[in-house]
Amino acid sequence: MQQRIVGTSSVRKEGAAKVCGTARYIDDMALPGMLYGATVRSSIPRGRITKIEFDLEIPWHEFTIVTAADIPGSNSIALVQNDWPCLAEKMVNHFEEPILLLAHPDCHLLPQAVSSVRIEYEPLPSIHSIAESERQHPVVWGTDNILKSYLMEKGDVDAAWAHADYIIEGEYETGAQEHLYIENNGVIADYSEDAGVTVWGSMQCPFYVHKSLMHLMALPEDKVRVIQVETGGAFGGKEDYPSMIAAHAALLARKAARPIKLVYDRAEDMAATTKRHPSRTRHRTAVAKDGTLLAAEIDLALDGGAYSTLSSTVLSRATIHAGGCYYWPSLRVRAHAFATNTPPHGAFRGFGAPQSLFAIERHMDRIAAAIGFTPEEVRRKNFLRPGLTTATGQEIPPGVDLDHLLTRALEASSYHEKKLRFEQENPRRALKKGIGIAAFLHGAGFTGSGERRMRSIASMDATPEGNLRVLVSSTEFGQGTNTILCQIAAEALGIDYDAVCMAPPDTHVVPNSGPTVASRTAMVVGKLVASAAVEIKRILIDSGYLHEPYITADFQQAASAYVKDRGSLCAEGHYQAPPNVYWDDDTYHGEAYGAYAWAVYVAEVAVDTVDYHVSVDDFVAVQEVGRVINPVLATGQVEGGIAQGIGYALYEKVVWQNGHMSNNQMTNYIIVTSQDIPPIHVYFEEVPYSYGAFGAKGLGELPIDGPAPAILNAVSHATIEDFCAIPLLPEDVMAKLVRSRFQVGEEVSA
Amino acid sequence: MTNQRITMTVNGVDRTIEAYPMERLLDVLREKLQLTGTKEGCGEGECGACSVLLNGELVNSCLVPVAQAANSRVITIEGLGSPANLDPVQEAFLRYGGSQCGMCTPGMIVAAKYLLNHNPHPSPEEIREGLSGNLCRCTGYMRIFEAVEMASRAQRGKSAT
Amino acid sequence: MRACPEHFNLVSSGSLSSVLGMLASDRGKWLPIAGGTEIMVLFSAGKLQQRNLINLWNLAELREIRVNEDTVSIGGGCTFSQIRSHPVIAAEFPLLALAAGWIGGVANQNRATIAGNLANASPAADSPPALLACEAEIELISARGTRRLPYTQCHLGYKRTVIAPDELIYAIQLPRKFSGWCTYARKVGTRNAQAISKVCIAAQAKIDFGRIQTIRIGMGSIAPIPLQLSQIEQLLAGCPIDRIPLVESRKLLDTAITPIDDIRSTKTYRRQVAGNLLEECLRTLAGTGA
Ligand code: FES
Ligand code: FES
Repeated sequence: MQQRIVGTSSVRKEGAAKVCGTARYIDDMALPGMLYGATVRSSIPRGRITKIEFDLEIPWHEFTIVTAADIPGSNSIALVQNDWPCLAEKMVNHFEEPILLLAHPDCHLLPQAVSSVRIEYEPLPSIHSIAESERQHPVVWGTDNILKSYLMEKGDVDAAWAHADYIIEGEYETGAQEHLYIENNGVIADYSEDAGVTVWGSMQCPFYVHKSLMHLMALPEDKVRVIQVETGGAFGGKEDYPSMIAAHAALLARKAARPIKLVYDRAEDMAATTKRHPSRTRHRTAVAKDGTLLAAEIDLALDGGAYSTLSSTVLSRATIHAGGCYYWPSLRVRAHAFATNTPPHGAFRGFGAPQSLFAIERHMDRIAAAIGFTPEEVRRKNFLRPGLTTATGQEIPPGVDLDHLLTRALEASSYHEKKLRFEQENPRRALKKGIGIAAFLHGAGFTGSGERRMRSIASMDATPEGNLRVLVSSTEFGQGTNTILCQIAAEALGIDYDAVCMAPPDTHVVPNSGPTVASRTAMVVGKLVASAAVEIKRILIDSGYLHEPYITADFQQAASAYVKDRGSLCAEGHYQAPPNVYWDDDTYHGEAYGAYAWAVYVAEVAVDTVDYHVSVDDFVAVQEVGRVINPVLATGQVEGGIAQGIGYALYEKVVWQNGHMSNNQMTNYIIVTSQDIPPIHVYFEEVPYSYGAFGAKGLGELPIDGPAPAILNAVSHATIEDFCAIPLLPEDVMAKLVRSRFQVGEEVSA
Repeated sequence: MTNQRITMTVNGVDRTIEAYPMERLLDVLREKLQLTGTKEGCGEGECGACSVLLNGELVNSCLVPVAQAANSRVITIEGLGSPANLDPVQEAFLRYGGSQCGMCTPGMIVAAKYLLNHNPHPSPEEIREGLSGNLCRCTGYMRIFEAVEMASRAQRGKSAT
Repeated sequence: MRACPEHFNLVSSGSLSSVLGMLASDRGKWLPIAGGTEIMVLFSAGKLQQRNLINLWNLAELREIRVNEDTVSIGGGCTFSQIRSHPVIAAEFPLLALAAGWIGGVANQNRATIAGNLANASPAADSPPALLACEAEIELISARGTRRLPYTQCHLGYKRTVIAPDELIYAIQLPRKFSGWCTYARKVGTRNAQAISKVCIAAQAKIDFGRIQTIRIGMGSIAPIPLQLSQIEQLLAGCPIDRIPLVESRKLLDTAITPIDDIRSTKTYRRQVAGNLLEECLRTLAGTGA
């Protein structure tokens, strides 16, 4: 059916407020009588707290001081396991661990007060890498430093080695990555005996914060209220940590009996909050002479930091994506998340998949080189196709066509012509050019039975004026949630986009449509919104208030009249799993995701042999994401993801000193500027997915998966060297190139 | 140190405030004048989220002690347009997807405005250079370039007719 | 923000002479601030030690670029935007115009001043290599009078200069003698814009009759102070451009520089890239002079 609104570029719902500077973010707000909060943190990576002293020159009676003893409920941030303390009591397990909280009416007095709390420790040995954690010396978490492990198996891997023509091995590493949303984390909290605790904040998941506060404050559901305000970027970085900040602000508000604003500055946000998990992946692959992949043994390790937080779910996605978009007759993935004494690593766009896909896509190029195939050929030979099954046994549905995506990407990038030309010209040039491919997939929605367990609800209602509202806990932080959900609702209602608006993301107002993560908003929540909308329309028609055909004004009049007569008009959409979907958490078998998005990216790079800098000169991104709801927003998501991916590959290095981020300033953590970004060419193929809203699948995370492997493949092509670790900085490029071919220094001869 | 009376013309209106001379112009705008459209991203001159025009010059307001802005003209994002009356640059950012999370947007638009004031029809390279002091983590910059180009084109259209 | 503005003093005295008077009467008490692009960063981070600041921004006497017969004189308070867009500087001192464009983004160039860039004395500053290559002199002013010295003598050590506590950089003097010289400049930073340099170089050479007559080379980020590579300049003076001793030059460079490891790069990288840049510089100059 022809759609009127879905598929067009409706303007961003909250866009006018954003371009005018009237959108209100947390630091733009204040409550009467509000105090400012600050956090006293650990200054060692691991040890026992032996003494806390307060310097005498500070007038402490003016400050509110909160310690773990002030926590009415349980001293932990509720996520998957509850091992993450809200405030450290006796032990600290990483730098920047919160120990004590302060509040004062004058925000300028807090920094000095924070540094005037003297904490003494008995230091204990600490560990700072996957390798150290594996050695279990010392054990810093549980009994073996292992936060979580999975074993995923298909076929008979052990039997495959004997008749393999080639066995190819490789080890790949990825570094931590900082989200660097331009708005730092922050919340405002208020508390009263009657109303309980109310928190306004920059966040992705109001109900995560809600749940965590109930445990911490020992309050019933209705005494905790969480309201998301305009959020200035998140990328996963505001999935778990806002629960921590909200907890701190709530504790201060309760003790001070005043509202508290707790907003981090950049240095604190970078040093203390989560990053993308560093990883190490080992591949061992059996390949036949004709290029067929026979079997793989993949050993996957993530550095989870000091507490388990979200590592188990990140590891799960990494495990499932480890084999990439290829068919494996046999595959074994052993995956572990290790504890180290760094601040916990957390959710970041891609959620484990970028690490795994970097490894497999770099490895595919090395397989191609080892068996004398081109990178294109070996991929084509082994692509997942309709009817084949993934490593979890999920059957690929009709319509998936990686061959076509690859062909289109190669054409759009003039791949063959450039590859040949670069190879001919490079020997004579100081600027070595290269071109590289990455083919990949990204599962949309929660892994496995996650959606079924979540049982999300979305609803719609009408105001007395007859405006239609979408009620969800799915939040806007730049990706376009508000816009696409209103588009979907308007489409389903058969009215104008402007007649639909979003209810405030307030846990007292909206139902729990689940967290805003995992590329699930368009596909899963959008579908629920669409069914709530259909229900609203049915109610109005069945009750005789509305007659088809109608225009927007008719609909609004009908809704308004209905509300006046009957008190309210509202409908809910409940999650229903697509039929024949089955998942077994123990064996890791079944439908891992409702749907996958597919993509092929091509990066063109230049490696300068004077300063060893790699620049990305051109980028082509072809993807199949189901129905594209809003082309301008979708293109922006892809371009933004690619920019982050370029940073991940070439610029963004977290410099660790003993588990402490030492470059925690924007000046020293390098993201791309307008002068580092190549032209990006974005193409969509649309194969509608029947169980997503108007055929949509997930899109938000996909574009971070491809750039790093495509770029490193291109750099390896340009330099005829193997680069297997990111971030790849000029210093690393130099280390390989200087001792080889590009040594300079002969006399100039005319 | 004591508070001083400082007068500035902000978005065309004379404003007098009491402030310590080393207070940052950014904080004075946000806290004393409630002009919260100007954002703080880094506080060290790196991100441009705090960009404003000071006597017509693009500056990072986090690096300007307010005493240096005394008796000056300041234009912030609020001075360019309002939702009911958008500046052409704001309109282009809205229409072409130049704003996602919106945190870099006010500064980015002020920087784009400054660029177009000095160079009404910038080349793609000039757009990249003119915005290189404004970091955006969401967009990958492409939609921003397009918005600036379209705003420039709209101006050309206007001056041609 | 981690500072308490209440604890800081910033006085604007209105004229250069009264600023100099204050600097003289309380030597060491005052920290001059112009565009604030360095000082305000320290201030916000809670790391600014000095509590008393004196405002130089917009002192008209310091904001002028004067074109004289033999020199161009750039007032210490001139911003890099002013320098970049000045037609005579662009024509006769392209190295400096280029270096001015290396500094931060447009907003930083609108505020950062040349005197601030020198007085801050960071070894990674962007303008010093160009000033070294342009044989700049600096003119210092105080209530005691003025003095003028070659810029090569300005830096004493890491973040230390010859500028006395009661002195200001009044102007930078550039001799108008470089027309027809071949130039080369390159900054290697952490990215293409808004970057702090890892190594940077600026050089110009007078090449006549197939020989380098004179060459000036300045480098940054490879020693505690910006370096003029005088030994290499001497080695190359008189060299035919088809027989430039690259190996010898790189060797001299290796002994002249003392790069360090820091948060942005490594000494190995800086050493290697400094050599590569010098080599590219000499090849380019030889090429354009041929
Ligand atoms: S906040 Fe001023 S430049 Fe970032
Ligand atoms: S739109 Fe989010 S930082 Fe630019």
